[in-house]
Amino acid sequence: MGVLSSIINGILMGGVYGLLAMGLTLIFGIMKIINFAHGAFLMVAMILSYWLWKIMGLDPYLSIIIIAPLMFLLGYLTQRFTIKPVLDAEKDVREPIGALLLTAGLAVAIENFILMVFGADYLMAKTAYSGASINISSLSISVPRLYAFVTSLVVAFLFYQFLIKTELGRAMRATGQDRGVALLMGINVSKVYSIAFGIGTALAGLAGIVLIPFYYAHPSVGAVFITKAFIIVVLGGLGSVHGALVGGLIIGLIESVAAQYMTATWTAILIYFAFLAFLLLKPSGLFGSRYEW
Amino acid sequence: MALLEIDNISVYYGEMCVLRDVSAQIDSGEIICVVGANGAGKSTLINTISGLLKPKTGKILFNGEVISKLEPYQIVEKGVIQVPEGRRLFPNMSVEENLLIGSYTPTSRKKRKENMEKVFTLLPRLAERRKQIARTMSGGEQQMLAIGRALMADPKLLMLDEPSLGLAPKMVSHVLELIQNIAAQGVTILLVEQNVYHALKLCNRGYVLENGSITLMGTAEELLNNPHVKKAYLGL
Repeated sequence: MGVLSSIINGILMGGVYGLLAMGLTLIFGIMKIINFAHGAFLMVAMILSYWLWKIMGLDPYLSIIIIAPLMFLLGYLTQRFTIKPVLDAEKDVREPIGALLLTAGLAVAIENFILMVFGADYLMAKTAYSGASINISSLSISVPRLYAFVTSLVVAFLFYQFLIKTELGRAMRATGQDRGVALLMGINVSKVYSIAFGIGTALAGLAGIVLIPFYYAHPSVGAVFITKAFIIVVLGGLGSVHGALVGGLIIGLIESVAAQYMTATWTAILIYFAFLAFLLLKPSGLFGSRYEW
Repeated sequence: MALLEIDNISVYYGEMCVLRDVSAQIDSGEIICVVGANGAGKSTLINTISGLLKPKTGKILFNGEVISKLEPYQIVEKGVIQVPEGRRLFPNMSVEENLLIGSYTPTSRKKRKENMEKVFTLLPRLAERRKQIARTMSGGEQQMLAIGRALMADPKLLMLDEPSLGLAPKMVSHVLELIQNIAAQGVTILLVEQNVYHALKLCNRGYVLENGSITLMGTAEELLNNPHVKKAYLGL
């Protein structure tokens, strides 16, 4: 693969990273919680999408109609029945850490549940377009990655419009900016949290669905992605929606181009070092989140 | 029947009692002020009425209905609106968006257009600055916006926590005049102030809160002439 091809394919993958990171940054921006289960939710959607394809022959992109609402519901209920009680109990604690530990625990529980039910196999929905590529002279662009990229951008755009244009989106931003005053505006903050967690989870799910035609799913695949998502979110500025997308594209690009010249291990090392160096120079990230929401 | 009745409430932060057996009532159309030193429990009182804090004992009634067990958003829906201390605008939102958020509840959303026009008539400066981001405004303008935002919720009882705090003297009288105008439109006012003289000049009746208990109450005139108030709060 030529350098230009790897640049393009890296950016395409970066769009998916961006979508995943957006969900993470949404939950952080509004609830101030770091969701360690984000990768596990992505994995659940990948596995579900795979089996819908395998058993019913449903194209992963069509399975969005079923899985996205399901993931929203899963996130909504997770916040309502597990995170909310912990947050309520720690309301007056100066350094609440319960919710953070809880999401880490959820990640382990979800991974093991999936392992128990679906086994540890590596699964990929080998659709008709899975191996397809667009070739223009020496340039080769992966078709499933292109689909994934376009879908990610469309979802990111719609999500952003929702945040800035709708009543509920405005209430979410208000809650992210000042939770106490949001209560005084008559916003049911606890419900807003549930919806935000639901949307964040659905975004992780969408990222998982667009990956399944070209990326192998297994119970611990989430760990690979959540690490990248954390880097992206911090790189873009914690809580920044634009930052998540831009950060995703940057990481996708570095990863893909570096892979042309070094082994995967060295690529990972390079990304972490680049990340650390960047943090030393600009700790608040590309788009410091102070002015977001 | 009183519009708001505070019936013998005690409020705790953990083990610490911040309000002890407080009772007060506000009739429809009144301007009531609660004065007291820093840490006397004034903000706690307002936050308890808003439902941010729950009284350990006692109850609060609004229009004869117990509200002290309700969630804050349910209390807002009833028309009990607070302008919090220090303005607390949504800093990254425009003037217009802050006002829109003010009318988030289903009831006030229906009257959003009408109320926004009212706010812009009362506060024409906000109309000129619809698109300005809240955090870039001066302290006085921010206070105006905070009050405007509260008016968007169509308040029956408007509670203001230290609205003159940190404002230039000229701005203080402007804000107090604004409160008077709002009251003239039929909104009942509960004002919490450290600026005791100004507050008492404005209100009908007042309560003095000291160390979490109400130590004095009376008409504004009575309080202004009370020797203790004179000595402790007016520096006379």
